[in-house]
Amino acid sequence: MSTITFTLNNSQVTVDAPPMTRLLDLLREHLHLTGTKEGCGEGECGSCSVLLNGELVNSCLVPTLQVQGATVTTIEGLGEHTHLHPIQQCFLEEGGAQCGICTPGMILATHHLLEKHPAPTLDEIREGLSGNLCRCTGYMRIFEAVQQTAKLAEAGK
Amino acid sequence: MIDFELTRVGTPDAAVQIAAATPTAQQGATVRFIAGGTNLIDYMKLDVETPQHLVDINRIPDLAKVEKQPDGSLKIGALVRNSDLAQAPEVLAEYPVLSQALLSGASAQLRNKATTSGNLLQRTRCPYFRDLAYAECNKRTPGSGCAAIGGYHRNHAILGVSDQCIATHASDMDVALMVLDAVIHVQGIKGNRTIPIGEFYKLPGTTPHIENALEPGDLITHVTLPALPETKQIYLKLRDRASYEFALASAAIVMQVQGGRLRHVRVAMGGVGTRPWRMPEAEHALEGQAPGEGVFRAAADAALKTARPHTDNAFKIPLAKLCMIRALTTVTNA
Ligand SMILES: Cc1cc2nc3c(=O)[nH]c(=O)nc-3n(C[C@H](O)[C@H](O)[C@H](O)COP(=O)(O)OP(=O)(O)OC[C@H]3O[C@@H](n4cnc5c(N)ncnc54)[C@H](O)[C@@H]3O)c2cc1C
Ligand code: SF4
Ligand code: FES
Ligand code: FES
Repeated sequence: MSTITFTLNNSQVTVDAPPMTRLLDLLREHLHLTGTKEGCGEGECGSCSVLLNGELVNSCLVPTLQVQGATVTTIEGLGEHTHLHPIQQCFLEEGGAQCGICTPGMILATHHLLEKHPAPTLDEIREGLSGNLCRCTGYMRIFEAVQQTAKLAEAGK
Repeated sequence: MIDFELTRVGTPDAAVQIAAATPTAQQGATVRFIAGGTNLIDYMKLDVETPQHLVDINRIPDLAKVEKQPDGSLKIGALVRNSDLAQAPEVLAEYPVLSQALLSGASAQLRNKATTSGNLLQRTRCPYFRDLAYAECNKRTPGSGCAAIGGYHRNHAILGVSDQCIATHASDMDVALMVLDAVIHVQGIKGNRTIPIGEFYKLPGTTPHIENALEPGDLITHVTLPALPETKQIYLKLRDRASYEFALASAAIVMQVQGGRLRHVRVAMGGVGTRPWRMPEAEHALEGQAPGEGVFRAAADAALKTARPHTDNAFKIPLAKLCMIRALTTVTNA
């Protein structure tokens, strides 16, 4: 066991866990934040995506030992039920979510993408979200949700 | 996953000292360094990697830098993330083939964690190697046989194969490093040494469990890329879907066109070899020639002459040739 302290969604947390516990399990099992989903468990699907020090990573491949002192943002840190993040709002309005398993990861990947490319081309969207698989939507609605978010951000400036 | 001890080290010396206790740095190592962890954690979960001692090297200072050296070479630290290396200004300006290769590999999530040294040492994706349910795998259990030969081997290698193993080397980055004549810098128990990338990877032969030149204790500290004259470069990757998939065939090319002639030609391919595959036969066929379809085809034929396919992966021979021809055509016209 080791004691790990890090910043999770803007608050400081301290947890006791074996150092090789996956960040995914730390979030879901120890901290009861179940917004982060497990799909493949081996880096293929992106449904477990979170932001680690602002960078998009697969939490199924991050051992807890690498989280000590870091900043982690999960889907719970992006918006709230009563006050959705614009990306969440656009996914909802454009039909970018169906069963919802891929959605938290897609939204964090979108967040990461829009930070690097505030007005992404379709190719940049395809590439930026290529680490996130979706079995429901066929992706087109997701791409539209991303474009819509970028458009709103541009208009709001 | 088995139980193991974990140590976080702050210096290369400490890392080397702990790792010296492993009887081998190859399959079966009892001490492993952990860098990004995207490969090691995966294989530990599958019980293919069973280290008793993990050494976290992420806190060693200075291993995450990209620096131009006085002699014009580029020094790339072992812990530079693949995503950072792909965007490094020096790489974009002088070694774009490396940037293209990195960006064609894995996903944003993985590149943000994957490191230079971890990418160099990533294990094969052979499905039988990954799955302990199959007893036959000479790479995992020497002498047990090879389930891929006679099994499913559409993705397997056609160059450098042996009767014991036909596993493909999976990296994109390393194919670019082959044409850039990268040098790998290692700190070991007997001091520091350098290994040219062309001598780093071992052919499977009768010992597929031995993959590279590393000895117990060896820590990769950095990689250097020699200075290059101005060249045209390309990395072209062909795969089953347009993104986020390992290569079926890929080509890395560095060359100059001077007075209508090809000079300084370097060619390597990924997805087809048991190690990242440099192609001196193709380079020889191209050097000094005027670019053109016939010359390109002759080079591709020469490079694939020694290919040894099995039933499901014979398609890789024409695919690899077309990949090389298309890469050559694109880069000479660029
Ligand atoms: C789903 C998926 C898709 C992928 N697709 C691609 C792809 O298309 N193309 C591609 O090229 N790659 C691909 N990869 C592989 C990816 O590039 C590797 O997982 C990554 O580069 C490994 O780097 P790491 O730092 O995470 O290594 P780690 O997992 O930390 O380490 C890997 C190995 O290197 C050893 N090691 C690490 N650093 C050192 C050092 N300094 N000295 C000595 N030994 C060291 C470790 O002990 C371990 O044995 C993919 C991976 C996944 C999971
Ligand atoms: S190809 Fe190599 S890695 Fe795959 S089953 Fe055969 S021996 Fe094992
Ligand atoms: S669960 Fe982590 S990438 Fe699929
Ligand atoms: S909405 Fe179901 S997997 Fe994407």
